[in-house]
Amino acid sequence: MEINRIVELLKDSFGDAIIELAETKPDPYLKVNKDRITDICSYLSQEPQLGFDTLMILSGMDLGDKLAVVYHLYSLQHKHRIVLKAELPKDNPAVHTVESIWQAANWFEREAAEMYGITFIDHPDPRKLLLTEDWIGCPMRKDYVYPESWHGMPLKRPADEK
Amino acid sequence: MFDTEELVINMGPQHPSTHGVLRLVLKTDGEIVSEVVPYVGYLHRALEKIAERVTYIQFMPFTDRLDYLAAMNCNFAYAGAVEKLAGIEVPPRAQGLRVIFSELNRIASHLVFFGTCGLDLGAWTPLLYAFREREMVLELFEMTCGARLTYNYGRIGGVSFDIPPEFEKETLEFCDYFVPRIKEYNELLTGNRVFVHRTANVGVISQEQAKRYSLVGPNLRGSGIKFDLRKDEPYWGYEKYDFNVPVGAGEYGVVGDAWNRYWVRILEMTESVKIIRQALAQLPSGDIIAKVPKVFKPPVGEAYFRAESPRGETGFYIVSDGTQKPSRLRIRTGSFTGVSIIPEVGKGAMISDLVAIVGSMDIILPEIDR
Amino acid sequence: MYDIINYFVTNVKILQSIPFWMVQAAFMLAGCGAVLGVAALFAGVGSVVERNIAGRIQARYGPNRVGPWGWMQFLADGIKLVLKEDLIPDASAKMPFRLAPYFIFTVAFAAFIVVPFSQKLQIADLNIGILYIISVSSIVVIAILLAGWSSGNKWSLFGAMRSAAQIISYEVPVTITILAVIMMAGTMSMQEITAGQSGGIWRWFIFRYPLFTIPAFLVYYIASIAEVNRTPFDIPEAESELVAGYHTEYSSMRFAMFMMSEYVNVLAVSAIAVTMFLGGWQSPYPGHIFPGIWSNIEGLFWFFSKTFFLVFLMMWIRWTLPRYRVDQLMDLCWKVLLPVSFINLFGICAWMLLA
Repeated sequence: MEINRIVELLKDSFGDAIIELAETKPDPYLKVNKDRITDICSYLSQEPQLGFDTLMILSGMDLGDKLAVVYHLYSLQHKHRIVLKAELPKDNPAVHTVESIWQAANWFEREAAEMYGITFIDHPDPRKLLLTEDWIGCPMRKDYVYPESWHGMPLKRPADEK
Repeated sequence: MFDTEELVINMGPQHPSTHGVLRLVLKTDGEIVSEVVPYVGYLHRALEKIAERVTYIQFMPFTDRLDYLAAMNCNFAYAGAVEKLAGIEVPPRAQGLRVIFSELNRIASHLVFFGTCGLDLGAWTPLLYAFREREMVLELFEMTCGARLTYNYGRIGGVSFDIPPEFEKETLEFCDYFVPRIKEYNELLTGNRVFVHRTANVGVISQEQAKRYSLVGPNLRGSGIKFDLRKDEPYWGYEKYDFNVPVGAGEYGVVGDAWNRYWVRILEMTESVKIIRQALAQLPSGDIIAKVPKVFKPPVGEAYFRAESPRGETGFYIVSDGTQKPSRLRIRTGSFTGVSIIPEVGKGAMISDLVAIVGSMDIILPEIDR
Repeated sequence: MYDIINYFVTNVKILQSIPFWMVQAAFMLAGCGAVLGVAALFAGVGSVVERNIAGRIQARYGPNRVGPWGWMQFLADGIKLVLKEDLIPDASAKMPFRLAPYFIFTVAFAAFIVVPFSQKLQIADLNIGILYIISVSSIVVIAILLAGWSSGNKWSLFGAMRSAAQIISYEVPVTITILAVIMMAGTMSMQEITAGQSGGIWRWFIFRYPLFTIPAFLVYYIASIAEVNRTPFDIPEAESELVAGYHTEYSSMRFAMFMMSEYVNVLAVSAIAVTMFLGGWQSPYPGHIFPGIWSNIEGLFWFFSKTFFLVFLMMWIRWTLPRYRVDQLMDLCWKVLLPVSFINLFGICAWMLLA
């Protein structure tokens, strides 16, 4: 199905929650309201003519003044795809989990949470994934400052001083 | 009078069958595993953060370190993503070369899978057989780009070297030699009663589960879903070649068990040989790399490109802000979701089954941890 | 053995001046030492041979650097292991941990006391020889449990528990099969069992009542592979599952003892299989070529040829097959081997009555 047709269907059901289709090249993305993300995703996965049955990838993202969660969805039966982007404020980045729709989101969200400090509400297993449990800070944010030391071990090498 | 409690046991990070540094914390009741909790991240090198600090061109060697058994596929997938972002047309000869090397690397990677899967189940001999053949593939790589493991062969817009004159002859010789070897593997391991007992009906992943966990590649096809990026989203001229997509059919057990995931990979090797033969025959002459400026600045935009790698889909999501460095680069690898399903599949299995499940998923840790 | 002692006592004058019990003791010790030496040598050579066979099976060379064709490899391995640090984990129960290797080592060698290598070469011809072997080989379980439990490592414990379950289960078909042999021979003495199979290849117990004895031999052979924990039944030390099973924590010479006892056990079960089914030291043709006392050499030759052939088969199997799962292993034992061994027992019984 064409991307515009999918957006029309979504707009019919969710109205204002669908903010805009950003015509970036080469892949356009659909900006959506973060508060309705679970509804939108379950609609996308359950509506038979859309049938987005897999989550290709979920990524966190730092837009500078805002954070974002990007959902790349794909339908194995209809062979079409869509990119959703939900923008979050930087002071309290929280969004509902889509883990109940695609379990693959479990680990993707854990990674986005530790790397960007995004809270996924109702996530069943909010532990860190790749980092150690006691790592401080959100390393993938653009303003992240690399720590001087960790548990007393110096982390900076002379080469980093430049 | 007697209390029983579950035994918590650490499988890994240093354990012979966790394929690197995967750590599984098992709760076991005797031999039965009641809960599996995977811990990953021991190889986390922050590749996505590094990507934001280096230029597009400089990032190419880092992609080698994602999936060291299929570095070619990672190279090309990254190059493909950047090309999609910048709208670069890859010359036909480079496309053909990419197909040839992707498929050769798929054979090499599946051979390692064949060996280690046998090894996990206690059969030592398949590993050595597989490495004998893998050596020949690596020699073909060495002949072309000089490296044997981390090739750095892809370039944005093409490949780095053209093939040497004797490459075609030696590749065809390898193909002729290799196809009968697959029969030998089947005699040694595939149809072996013990092997079938160990893998059939073990670690069954239903179609529904496979979709919900976004499994990709052979793991998805082992569950009976016919989906192959080379067929369904053809790139680099894959649509020109005639090949089948093997799907798990549950010959010995149910669809989606460990045996099916294994069998799909064995069949894929034959298909890869077919593609290599056709690609060599159709290889056009011409440039091997498109004209890409030295100071490479893709236009503002974002692209998600994925290619079929031995472990499923290797995808790169790149957001460009018009500078020399990506604003955001996200890597999607096949093993990531492959491991995330292990808690669900491993529940209720025996310890030995868990080894078979992990073995049949063909996971590789560096591409999970990135 | 007594024949040899008597021969020397009657023919060598000096020995008559010493009390007979001292001569007897000296000869016994010498005999035990010789058997220990032969078995230990086999453990070493066996490991080299196995690695060479594995090499050939796996399309590679195997050890080929130390000594001619790599035959001295086991000496290099031995020296390496002796020089390594003998690690004793902190969490282990020290005393049983230290004890277990000696235990398993002793038990492995004890079986050789009653094995008849030839007409005369046998340490002790016990009249309950087979019963002795059954009991001695069950003690291995205790040694393995001791090693696994005392290591203070969960993987070791797993290995030990698996091993205990496995060895005890597989004792049952083995014992029932041995019962059939005792029935055919009418004796429990190893020497007399061998003597009962004289007169050429068709008189061997394996071909006595072929319909039942050939399956009986196979049951014994399969079960004995399981008893010595080798692939496809090597679940107690399954390296891809349990790291190294019950000997995970052992290093240095203590580890070497486990390794040696494994090979000695392989030799022992093969020797017993040969004695019970393949005519022991009997040649495949009736009678023997060498006259008098020299026929012992012929006996030795045939005994070791047959034994090494069975050992080779075990190695061949090991490097070809994957490993069974623990429940499948038990299924095989209780649902296949045990019924078959019962059928064999009754079949042989009926055949003997009717014939």
